[in-house]
Amino acid sequence: MPQPLKYLRESPSQTAGPYVHIGLAPGAAGFDIYRQELGHDMAPASVPGERIRVEGCVIDGMGAIVKDVLIEVWQADAAGIYPHPEDPRHTKAAPGFRGWGRVISDFETGLWAFDTIKPGPVPGPNGQMMAPHISLWIVSRGINIGLSTRLYFSDEAAANATDPVLNLIEQPERRTTLIAQRDTTATAPEPLYRFDIRLQGADETVFLDI
Amino acid sequence: MTQTPRPPAEFFQRDRTWQPRALTPDYKTSVARSPNLPMLSLRGTLSEITGPVFGHNDIDPLDNDLLRNYAKTSDPIGERIIVHGRVLDETARPVPHTLVEIWQANAGGRYRHRKDSYLAPIDPNFGGCGRTITDENGFYTFRTVKPGAYPWRNWVNNWRPAHIHISVFGSGFSQRLITQMYFEGDPLIAKCPIVNSLTDPAAIDQLIAPLDMNAAVPLDCLAYKFDIILRGRRSTFFENRPEGN
Ligand SMILES: [Fe+3]
Repeated sequence: MPQPLKYLRESPSQTAGPYVHIGLAPGAAGFDIYRQELGHDMAPASVPGERIRVEGCVIDGMGAIVKDVLIEVWQADAAGIYPHPEDPRHTKAAPGFRGWGRVISDFETGLWAFDTIKPGPVPGPNGQMMAPHISLWIVSRGINIGLSTRLYFSDEAAANATDPVLNLIEQPERRTTLIAQRDTTATAPEPLYRFDIRLQGADETVFLDI
Repeated sequence: MTQTPRPPAEFFQRDRTWQPRALTPDYKTSVARSPNLPMLSLRGTLSEITGPVFGHNDIDPLDNDLLRNYAKTSDPIGERIIVHGRVLDETARPVPHTLVEIWQANAGGRYRHRKDSYLAPIDPNFGGCGRTITDENGFYTFRTVKPGAYPWRNWVNNWRPAHIHISVFGSGFSQRLITQMYFEGDPLIAKCPIVNSLTDPAAIDQLIAPLDMNAAVPLDCLAYKFDIILRGRRSTFFENRPEGN
């Protein structure tokens, strides 16, 4: 018998269920308990960068909009720096920028939205740059383990074309499932991007096993 | 010495055969909400190995005491319990200073949520959520009441075993995890289609907290112990990593 490899095993995931808001966004569940809820204000006004809004829906395999979804968002600042010690440049991250947000869909319409700053390009594998992107993590009733994906920007076509992650996707047409479309008809002062997530079907979003 | 850029310290590959599959038809809601196409397997980049950092400014000391954090006129009704344990990674190293959030039904099985209409009453003194940050050794603790079982619409007569929902961050976004803690001895565990989204009996056992009489407070609270394991982080052998892991 060889020596035993004594690794522990990751705790198994279980669905966040329909009442995830109680724990992570109690105001949405219908009550006020904490001094502050976390993840509402992604980029305070003092954080430099281009202000943007992202909105979308999560759509199930029957074409129905998922109205009880919770999405967490993780992104670099406008210079492409993550405020985390594993980023070698983290001491230069924009002050006051946590890079993280928590977004829930409207219970009636299923629409969700968040306001942030557009992230900069981030160093990727082997010194290649990754195009500006936002990491998303999606949980809800019926989702047994959180789904990871990335959101890229339609007005970064040149950077997207050389992005090492987008280029790993074998079918080029599926890469478009990760690209938020800039809405040029929007009248708000800040750019608006639309990003729908399809859980299943011919145009299923590319999910990442990270 | 010149600083060569070191590769990011990735997390161990997630064992997708141990974790629940996306499609588990006995849990009906998963049928239309499960991705069907293969996921893109991605070696961790800076975007995955980093994640949000939380501190004690984010929360308040009472946030982990569900007996008191929503109490209006008295403590909530129910069996008083302590839930405690550690957040560790797969190499058994503690995960310090990480945010742990929980939510649960009250002792009657009713959630304080605008979408829950189960006939068991709301407890005016119980919110049903708490949060804390692990200490430097990864320890966390909550005080609460034992949640009740509740019925849910799946088959005609499905009941969830008593459970507490738990959300944990870890240090990188790819460690992010939501799970549920069950209670030793509950006969509803084996009957639950959500529990049975796990196919390995050892995986189910890992979500069942044992009664821990050593942590119980005489004449006050019972206790259950529940360790949470997050993905381990690779050592970057032979790489220039002066600060260690
Ligand atoms: Fe529940």
